[in-house]
Amino acid sequence: MRRLLPGWISWPQLDVPLLLGLLALITVGLFVLYSASGGNLDTVYRQAARIAFGLLVLLLFSQVPPHVFRIWTPWLYVLALALVFATWVFGTGRSTSRWLDLGLLRFQPSELMKLAVPMMVAWYLHPRRLPPELRAALAACAILVMPALLIARQPDLGTALLVAASGLFVLFLAGLSRNLILGLVGLAAAAAPALWIVMHDYQRQRVLTFLDPESDPLGSGWNIIQSKIAVGSGGLLGKGWMNGTQSRLEFIPERHTDFILAVFSEEFGLVGVLLLFALYLFIVGRGLYIASLAPGTYGRLLAGSLSLTFFVYVLVNAGMVSGLLPVVGVPLPLVSFGGTSIVTLLAGFGILMSIHGHRYFIR
Amino acid sequence: MKFRYPVATAAEQPLKDHLLEGRLFRTRATVAFLLVLLAIVLLGLRYAFLQVIRYDDFAMRSTSNQVRIVPAPPNRGLIYDRRGRPVAENRPAYRLELVPEKVGNLRETIESLGHIIDLPEDAQATFEAARGRYREFDSIPLKFNLSEDEVARFAVDRHRYPGVEVVPYLSRHYRYGELLTHVLGYVGRIDASDLANVDVGNYRGTTHIGKVGIERYYETQLHGVSGLEKLETNVQGRTLRVLERTAPIHGDDLILSLDVQVQRAAWDALGERPGAVVAIDPTDGSVLALVSKPAFDPNLFVRGISEADYRSILAAPGRPLFNRALLGGYEPGSTVKPFLGLAGLELGVVGVEDRVFSNGQFFLQGSDRPFRDWKRGGHGWVNIYGALEQSVNTYFYELALDLGIDRMHDYLALFGFGQMTGLDLQGENSGILPSRAWKRGRYGLPWYPGETVIAGIGQGFNVVTPVQLANAAATLANGGTRFQPRLLYASKQAAETGTQARKETAPIALRLPVQNPANWAVITEGMRRVVHGAQGTARAIRPDPPLVIAGKSGTAQVVGQAEDEDMDELTAVHLRHHALFIAFAPYGQASIAVAAVVEHGGGGSREAAPVARAVIDAWLEQSR
Repeated sequence: MRRLLPGWISWPQLDVPLLLGLLALITVGLFVLYSASGGNLDTVYRQAARIAFGLLVLLLFSQVPPHVFRIWTPWLYVLALALVFATWVFGTGRSTSRWLDLGLLRFQPSELMKLAVPMMVAWYLHPRRLPPELRAALAACAILVMPALLIARQPDLGTALLVAASGLFVLFLAGLSRNLILGLVGLAAAAAPALWIVMHDYQRQRVLTFLDPESDPLGSGWNIIQSKIAVGSGGLLGKGWMNGTQSRLEFIPERHTDFILAVFSEEFGLVGVLLLFALYLFIVGRGLYIASLAPGTYGRLLAGSLSLTFFVYVLVNAGMVSGLLPVVGVPLPLVSFGGTSIVTLLAGFGILMSIHGHRYFIR
Repeated sequence: MKFRYPVATAAEQPLKDHLLEGRLFRTRATVAFLLVLLAIVLLGLRYAFLQVIRYDDFAMRSTSNQVRIVPAPPNRGLIYDRRGRPVAENRPAYRLELVPEKVGNLRETIESLGHIIDLPEDAQATFEAARGRYREFDSIPLKFNLSEDEVARFAVDRHRYPGVEVVPYLSRHYRYGELLTHVLGYVGRIDASDLANVDVGNYRGTTHIGKVGIERYYETQLHGVSGLEKLETNVQGRTLRVLERTAPIHGDDLILSLDVQVQRAAWDALGERPGAVVAIDPTDGSVLALVSKPAFDPNLFVRGISEADYRSILAAPGRPLFNRALLGGYEPGSTVKPFLGLAGLELGVVGVEDRVFSNGQFFLQGSDRPFRDWKRGGHGWVNIYGALEQSVNTYFYELALDLGIDRMHDYLALFGFGQMTGLDLQGENSGILPSRAWKRGRYGLPWYPGETVIAGIGQGFNVVTPVQLANAAATLANGGTRFQPRLLYASKQAAETGTQARKETAPIALRLPVQNPANWAVITEGMRRVVHGAQGTARAIRPDPPLVIAGKSGTAQVVGQAEDEDMDELTAVHLRHHALFIAFAPYGQASIAVAAVVEHGGGGSREAAPVARAVIDAWLEQSR
């Protein structure tokens, strides 16, 4: 394990436990996707192709030393901010302007933000004395609030939430004092009514529906109710792979994307769900462990934030599927079918591996 | 480089304490991990709550999500007459159905459909009324019996009406229309009051139910038992496969004892006059014809009768909705005489050779009010034969007084007067057979001897229905077996085609006590002379040999006319007497007993006897 080889010629090791955890998750994800798509291999192949691309990015990023990321951080942040701003102006997409069409490639700049924001906050804080003082904390907040607001305007509340959370995790891990944390929470609470005014009608509806799904069982409450039925009817051991009736008969909405956990719960039951949660817990725990071993402030903060953000995906998605949280468009990480989020997530793990692999290198 | 670290001087920026920061980070990371752990545990508990504690509830809802239970309504049994002629059939037709849940604006949709399909003005209201029975996602019928044009027009515009469908079904059709209305009744759309009397589950997929007549009386047999299909459906409600199917048990086919040809003969013989004819086979109590005229086309009610049509039926002269054969109450008039004569002989009040002198008028002791014979100057000396042949009132005035009203009541009750016959149709009228007790109970008044006298010729309080009269005639003809008359002759289960029909026999209501069969022969001989005697009142209908008919005419008063006021051609029709006639044939081995009533016809022999004759002829022609 101990390697003291110089720079670029080196082939730093990937973190095997983390990689195995990810691969296990990906494998489970592909099987669930096969069932959720009604046995459509085509969907599975497309997802596998994306994952392959994501793993390639992971491999590539894991070989780049952390300080290179650090140096490029401000540029990346400015670029991401510009792109998010551009989607606002030239965006395409079904009903929202989340996508940017680059001719051959369409991608969501907000995904880039999920990496750029924690990197930027970590970059901003790393030369300073920690725990950060009020001024630094406010500046860090500005760094994360600006893109979050732009993304929320797209409107993509889920991603905005994840972006803001990733920045806040950096602040938290940097040791922001308890008083300041409480102050920020108070500020957020005070901003909530303002947020309600800014929200789109459909977003408000989602919140209202979350509070009382039975009020409109065939309309906006449908998703939550059907999802809960799927989860609940799975019971302890589930109906078995490919046997979920709620999913096969198309009662679960968005069943291969945001609500894929409902399919999983229906088919594998509580036992399956707990095992899946354990797998996620392992990945997050391993990420935090890697962070705590990191020598530099930048790498430490970034690694910790990426791990915790990964968990926020799980928390929000699992909460939404089980009716604990309102319907927010957050995928189940590495399992849900879907474009750029998988690549972003794997890229993030690539950075994590880079931080881990280069921990003995002299900066 | 623009992005140099914004670190100024050591004075402004205190030195970083890497050791402390590392420790701080690890503390924070540990806290974060513990929070993550807590969140995972909470999530796990949430899933455990859903998947274990609330498992039963969600498992059930998941099942009801995927399985849709669709009723498979049974086909209604067909109805045939005794010769196998279909009288109530099921014809393929189309109806328009609408699923409220899938239709945006119900009012607008129905209004717009009105442009391509001829909907009655009250379609909206009818639809709303029917809606209560169904759930939001059930299909509700909007119109039955669409014409081919309507089906075609709708097919073109179908895409404009999501949730509206044209559905094939079997529609009831009555081939003989008004001829059999008062026997068969009709089926109509189920309403809330119908549902109170049936098993709602069994009628989930049924749209029509027997409203009156045979259709109502035998509703249970005709309807059958609804089956069901458990369908696996996806979220759009599209059927993916049939999970389970319970076949419906189709309704029984019914064979009526009625003969359409005999029915038709009676119908035609009545002509345009309101009236009723009932014919019963004295050997088994089966009903051969049951006519009430005027009638209406029952098919109108199957389709859902329009307000205008219904009003025109209500307003039609002669009350077509009124079933005279069952409900019409008439004075029996002289048709009661054979039964009273038999009472006199059987109870030993008179002998066969006992004679009475008729001088045209009869007085009660101490009264100067005359009770008249129909023939001025009277009939002279007559015994029972002559009394029946010429319908001599004086004979029966004397007999009535000798019997007394209570013995008259008791004996006539044996023939079923004053009671429902128990025919297999709903809503029969029991008529009135007066007695002292009856009058006291009804009016709180004592009985007067004059009332006994007129009861002797079937006037006063007496009220009979045509079906009672026919059944009494049949009882007389078969020598004392009173059946509970039946329209149902046989039934067979549609499912078991080819199986022998199950014969239904009319139950015997009463075996009359017979003192001496000779007495019965005397009465029937008297009735034979009514038709065949030289002075018989109905000698005009005397048939060619070898057929011999026994009969008795009667005339029922409509309004309280003075006894001596003669009826003639100038009397307004609605004031004329009702003409009655009872008959049975062939004499000695009767296979048909008839009661005919012609309202406002005048004399029974002249108007009602030919109707009875026509019915007898048709029956004998058919059964030859």
